[in-house]
Amino acid sequence: MRLWMLLIAATILSIISLFIGAIDIKVSDLFDWNSDETQIFLISRVPRLMAIILAGAGMSIAGLIMQALSRNKFVSPTTAGTLDAAKLGILISMLFITNVTYTQQVLFSFAFALVGTLVFMQILNRIKFKDAIFVPLIGIMYGNILSSITTFFAYEADLIQNISAWLMGSFTLIISGRYELLYVSIPVIILAYLYANKFTVAGMGEEFAKNLGLSYKVVLNIGLVLVAIISTTVVLTVGVIPFLGLIVPNIVSIYLGDNLRKTIPHTMLLGVVFLLICDIIGRIIIHPYEIPVNVTVAVIGSAIFLIMLFRGRAYAK
Amino acid sequence: MIEIKGITKQFGKKPVVEDVSVTIEQGTITSFIGPNGAGKSTLLSMVSRLLDADTGEVLLDKNNVKRWKSTEFAKRVSILRQANFINVRLTVRELVAFGRYPYSKGRLTSEDEKFVDQAIEYMNLADMQDKFLDELSGGQKQRAFIAMVIAQDTDYILLDEPLNNLDMKHSVQIMKILRKLVDELGRTVVIVLHDINFASVYSDRIVALKNGKLVKNGPTNEIINSEALRDIYDMDIPIQEQNGCRICVYFNSHT
Repeated sequence: MRLWMLLIAATILSIISLFIGAIDIKVSDLFDWNSDETQIFLISRVPRLMAIILAGAGMSIAGLIMQALSRNKFVSPTTAGTLDAAKLGILISMLFITNVTYTQQVLFSFAFALVGTLVFMQILNRIKFKDAIFVPLIGIMYGNILSSITTFFAYEADLIQNISAWLMGSFTLIISGRYELLYVSIPVIILAYLYANKFTVAGMGEEFAKNLGLSYKVVLNIGLVLVAIISTTVVLTVGVIPFLGLIVPNIVSIYLGDNLRKTIPHTMLLGVVFLLICDIIGRIIIHPYEIPVNVTVAVIGSAIFLIMLFRGRAYAK
Repeated sequence: MIEIKGITKQFGKKPVVEDVSVTIEQGTITSFIGPNGAGKSTLLSMVSRLLDADTGEVLLDKNNVKRWKSTEFAKRVSILRQANFINVRLTVRELVAFGRYPYSKGRLTSEDEKFVDQAIEYMNLADMQDKFLDELSGGQKQRAFIAMVIAQDTDYILLDEPLNNLDMKHSVQIMKILRKLVDELGRTVVIVLHDINFASVYSDRIVALKNGKLVKNGPTNEIINSEALRDIYDMDIPIQEQNGCRICVYFNSHT
């Protein structure tokens, strides 16, 4: 697959995404600045598209970095407890700070996502049996433990409703003013690209990295910070999107390899294309109603994931 | 020059390397030999800074390796361990290009490209340079990693059992290349070997370890004799001479 193909696909899907929805908007409506259609376009459609693009690119890159650094193809923000830890962070901030501000939520969520991922990496260091399938299973178990802690305290504090809102990844509620946090992922992705070579070297193991004079631990920590930032911004705005960070980097790895300098642009664009497709399907199927994107992603993603598992066990080892 | 001075390493309470002092002479192949658990790999890891010694020191050009800046050290000493053989999908050329990382941080200059080309040429990998590593056989992969180390352009090349899992043909091929690296390019090779005969035929000097202690250290022909080998391996090993090479016939000896 070529980069320009992905670019064209992303562009076409973006345009489609802008013009479907409960209210029919025509291009000609947009020439009238004061029309309702233009307002809807600017307040709802454009922010939604931006959110999809940023979340799709961000989650895919986060997965890519995690897979490189953990040296396991099936590790991603949803299979290493990162997103669950982020959710726990938001809950804690709501429990312990009265009238919690958005910034405080962001900071708590980030701190928890970071620590949660670090803990998973520590678990990974300690286990002897590093089967490609076994490691993500541990990650999912670990994530579920975090998640059940969150649910328990949320239940006690009557916050279940809020919790399920983060659990469900959806672009339905994205409007202007409620998604801008996602823009934080732009500098993060740029940083990831600048660090691409370092991540690739670190992905070949600590000894390999040391041989080439790379400070492994520093690069590892920088990578995990980037992952935590992206995860936090996505959880707080869109919610949890499963599989995205898992399958997109793997598909790119199959056709392009693991040299991050080369794969980051592809991974980003493929993530955007995949998420746009899933979102558009979710919006069309029961039009004018919507299926939340996490459902369509889960259905399509799990199918792709199963194909990868059965066909690619040898490749993932 | 690399000097190992009274180096000791314990894992838990068990000493793995105990008070070993060795000087690695430039322009030679030095083999580390010894029974399983002798501490060969641990010693090599300490020389290359992958492990810190508990006591004692390793000097590169009179300076403790711990005080070297990591990128500068990476331009002088390279190490290839088995752990390097992992499943990252890079093409041969990409892998070799990462050998230039200490110099270019991944942004290759035309000079870097020249080193990469030469290393690929040297290891006869030109026709498979765009293949992914996981498409190669064990021997080809090993050659790719050695090409990377050549591109790294270090005076010292340390290899931890590079012949593991290789068949006879590829083992000989690798050893001949290492010999060429020393004889033609003036590099210094330090290698952990399991097969005593490869050590005998290809190395200039042999360092023998047993239970973490240095038992022998000297030119190859001083070590490859039944007497010295008995001290190292607790075996009676007859030596046969073949075209000027000393071959240890240990297959049916009494233990």
